[in-house]
Amino acid sequence: MFKIISNDNISENLHKMVVLAPRIARSRKPGQFVIVRLTEGEERIPLTISDADPEAGTITLFVQAAGASTRNIVSTEAGGSIRDVAGPLGNPSRIIFWGRVICVGGGVGTAVLLPLARALREAGNDVTTIIGARSSRHIILSDELKRISNALIVTTEDGSLGTKGFVTTPLANLLADPEHVPQAVFAVGPVPMMKAIAEMTRIKAIETIASLNPIMIDGTGMCGGCRVMIGEEIRFACVDGPEFNAHLVDFDGLSDRMSSYRAEETLNFKAAECKIGLTTKPCVKS
Amino acid sequence: MRKIITPQERMAIKRVVMPQLAAEVRTRNFEEVNCGLSSNQAFTEANRCLQCKNRPCVPGCPVGVSIPEFICALASDDVPRSAQILQQDNPLASVCGRVCPQETQCERLCARGKKGESVAIGYLERYVADWAMCHQEKLLPDQASGTTGKSVVVVGSGPAGLTAAGGLVRLGHTVTIFEALHDTGGVLRYGIPEFRLPKKIIDHEVALLVSLGVTIECNVIIGKTLTIAELRNQFDAIFIANGAGLPVMLKIPGENLKGVYAANEFLTRVNLMEAGRSNNSSTPIIKRREVAVIGGGNTAIDCVRTARRLGAEHAMIVYRRSEAEIPARTEEIRHAMEEGVEFVMLTAPIEILATKDGWVSALRCRKMELGSPDDSGRRRPQAVNGSDFEQPAGIVINAIGTGANPLLTATAPDITLNDQGNIRVNSNGETSISGVFAGGDIVRGGATVILAMGDGKRAAVTIDEYLGQHPHT
Repeated sequence: MFKIISNDNISENLHKMVVLAPRIARSRKPGQFVIVRLTEGEERIPLTISDADPEAGTITLFVQAAGASTRNIVSTEAGGSIRDVAGPLGNPSRIIFWGRVICVGGGVGTAVLLPLARALREAGNDVTTIIGARSSRHIILSDELKRISNALIVTTEDGSLGTKGFVTTPLANLLADPEHVPQAVFAVGPVPMMKAIAEMTRIKAIETIASLNPIMIDGTGMCGGCRVMIGEEIRFACVDGPEFNAHLVDFDGLSDRMSSYRAEETLNFKAAECKIGLTTKPCVKS
Repeated sequence: MRKIITPQERMAIKRVVMPQLAAEVRTRNFEEVNCGLSSNQAFTEANRCLQCKNRPCVPGCPVGVSIPEFICALASDDVPRSAQILQQDNPLASVCGRVCPQETQCERLCARGKKGESVAIGYLERYVADWAMCHQEKLLPDQASGTTGKSVVVVGSGPAGLTAAGGLVRLGHTVTIFEALHDTGGVLRYGIPEFRLPKKIIDHEVALLVSLGVTIECNVIIGKTLTIAELRNQFDAIFIANGAGLPVMLKIPGENLKGVYAANEFLTRVNLMEAGRSNNSSTPIIKRREVAVIGGGNTAIDCVRTARRLGAEHAMIVYRRSEAEIPARTEEIRHAMEEGVEFVMLTAPIEILATKDGWVSALRCRKMELGSPDDSGRRRPQAVNGSDFEQPAGIVINAIGTGANPLLTATAPDITLNDQGNIRVNSNGETSISGVFAGGDIVRGGATVILAMGDGKRAAVTIDEYLGQHPHT
């Protein structure tokens, strides 16, 4: 059992949870994730470790209630516990001195970006961070990212905060500006965002790294569920990733595979919301 | 005491038939197919054994069970003694009695099999082990001997790890098992379906180890949560039995379509996560009317029979060789056939076809014929020109095998690997690092439960010897 130290709702459907997991707190490195299972019968959910305090023995997770199992996780209050937390899994981010880097985070991907941007800055890089979301209510971690970045640019689709539009607009401006053109770009967020960024940097031959979050069961390389085409090769995000050269990722294939359980997930999500009283609409799980 | 029978009577007894659930009933549930022998059946079958002086069956057993002896005790109606003999040799007898390929091991060498049918050694093993499970009080207490002050860590709680842990704790060592998944048993739990090996059997075996003093911690991934180097500092010896790794891919077009599973994902969803077989499971599984499973091993048969139970009307095995080469247990193949599974033999998949939405729609196949024997001694399948055909399927499951598990070895560069990426060990099961032993699939590649157990059993002995020679490190 892994005790939940704190659980804060930081934006719509997004929670910051600090969990006691001393071994993982000691061994994790930026870019790695854990597999979390709340109770018996629940799914195994991969979640990136956003931060860790080895002395306190805690790890920080950002959990977006996107399905039934994540909804149940965020509904567990501080003082409660998570039955299973296994990790740290995946390869740590490759942190080197590039010179100038741009870190782009979309939605909850921003939480994955945080430890990466911090480590890049600590390695001496000039870090420009661009984060984007639907509206100001969905922008997360802007204070933290502002602190660790040389510059922070915020975009919202409705214009309620920062620049109106997508993260790709300020990115395009920076790529076009010889004074700001980076040596590397890091992208974490929805698949269409990462795909668009990869296309923008490909033509300029700027090294670009994307962190993928495909369907995963065991996270230890056993099930093959997280396979993704990297160039001509089938690779497994859990043991070969989760970060890959974005120019080689088959984002369309990834996106398609990630939709395999959409029908079931929608149904389960509604049932879970019903169970915990978030909706009064009648819902029947068939 | 039952009456003593004459040699003629003994030879006249027909091999017992295992009572089983009717096919039409069991294809709608996940209950165990084989119901187990009654005491009368077991006693009668035990009396078929000729008690050969040269014990031809024993060398066929990877863990060297004293087969004639446990059967003799059973035939003398002394089940407790039979159980004692069996458990001494095989700590997971209730598992082996269910999943061992007896027909290629002990029963293949049985003298009675030369003219007629071999003694049903596997069924008897299961009978005695199941009896022991329900009659613990009639057995001598199974106690860990006095502590040696030595500690051993076992990586993985699958068949090799459980067997080694049982041996080591009985030799008086302090044993800790680290398991990467959230539950124990390794392949016994995530791989082998309930209808072949009920989870309660694994629970029982694990509880027994815990009662002997073995500590088991789940969710600890060696190579990630803790490294071998860290374990070396904390324990006197290490046994690595973390199992097989990445699925071997088919390397045909369409492999990443929606509805294509690697066997381990499909089985893990259903067996470990209870998808499709428990209302409490929130793990989804895709169900379709037509399911094609590629491969001919036990894993392939487990997948196809699971698919049948999830509602597939047309569940089929697609195998590139013929019935004669199929590696799965004979009983599993028979059960699958009874359950309506179709066997499409001498057929190789060449492409997985898609609907316009990217779901599997069919498997394009090519007929094969057998040529001259290959390295494995089996006749090599060769394509028959112009024989391509399309087999409609909504799900395709790849069950052609697994490769090496890189998780632990990636962070333990001192451990020497073979060309396949599996751990290289010497004849004692010791790796290139002194005091670090390994066994099971991480050494052998994909093999069987019983071979892994054999490794675990030997490891307990060699680690005990090692600890005797190496005072506290």
